[in-house]
Amino acid sequence: MQTVINYISQPWPWYIAGPLIGLVVVLLQWIDNNPLAVSSSYRHICAAVFPASVPFLKYNWKAESWNLLFVAGIIIGGFLAGTVFSNPLNINISHETAVQLQSIGIQDTSGFAPAQLFSFQALQTIQGIIILVFGGFLVGFGSRYAGGCVSGHSMTGISDLQWTSMLATASIFAGGIFAAYILLPLTLKL
Amino acid sequence: MRNFIYLLIGIFFGIILIKSEVSSWYRIQEMFRFQSFHMYGVMLSAIAVALIGKLALKKSKIKSATGKEIVTGKKKYHHGLVIGGVLFGIGWGLTGVCPGPLYALIGKGMYALIILFISALAGTWIYSFFREKLPH
Repeated sequence: MQTVINYISQPWPWYIAGPLIGLVVVLLQWIDNNPLAVSSSYRHICAAVFPASVPFLKYNWKAESWNLLFVAGIIIGGFLAGTVFSNPLNINISHETAVQLQSIGIQDTSGFAPAQLFSFQALQTIQGIIILVFGGFLVGFGSRYAGGCVSGHSMTGISDLQWTSMLATASIFAGGIFAAYILLPLTLKL
Repeated sequence: MRNFIYLLIGIFFGIILIKSEVSSWYRIQEMFRFQSFHMYGVMLSAIAVALIGKLALKKSKIKSATGKEIVTGKKKYHHGLVIGGVLFGIGWGLTGVCPGPLYALIGKGMYALIILFISALAGTWIYSFFREKLPH
């Protein structure tokens, strides 16, 4: 048993993880014609907790409760992967990326994300506020405006051969490249 | 109770998101700088398996587990695909998380990301509020 746990505790290569994600998409389709959709859960939570009188939040979110159970599962899965099957090593990123990140001020590349930006203390810095508050806002606002995120468009939509999802994915990458090359270095210089 | 299966699939998906490191900010930085194949390998092989699997479901004409005909979603064009896509991409590039990994990382114990989660909910709510005034 311990050897099994040790085995799956290693980081998974892309050719294991990718096909497994593909299987999740097929499974959700087969069970009840559902898409792999995560950002919709944010809308359901808004509709459940604070719909106010916003028409877009007035709908029967309980009919989408499968989606809320699905994301609750993701939290539990994250917990299991982070404890029971946790991989003690740091992430083995490419040398060029590590050098570039160092040159813009990210010295400590341990864990899943740099603690200087992703911690409660980071909220006392302008960089932390920009990333955690403004960045998070864009994740929620942008994914809903685009009608989906990486799961809904890039995974589900493209595999349904929807050209609109390819367009959305190209737009997402345009924004991401702009953030990685321009906005992030600027933010870290503040 | 039938929905319990979605909890299990979510657990499976959450484990993949962490074990494959696609939830890592460093991996996202690497991806947007085109300095590693890892993220592209994950996404392209996921799309390939999903595409073939769903084609097989449709061709074999089997019904869904709930007894329905298999129908995949249609996504119509609207300007939000581009504007929202770029805005979301900027958020992804800065925070390194998209909505799925955000849940997985909170579960993993990165509790500071709860701030990010609340900000994402606020973004969703503000979008919903101004939806009629935004170009679609």
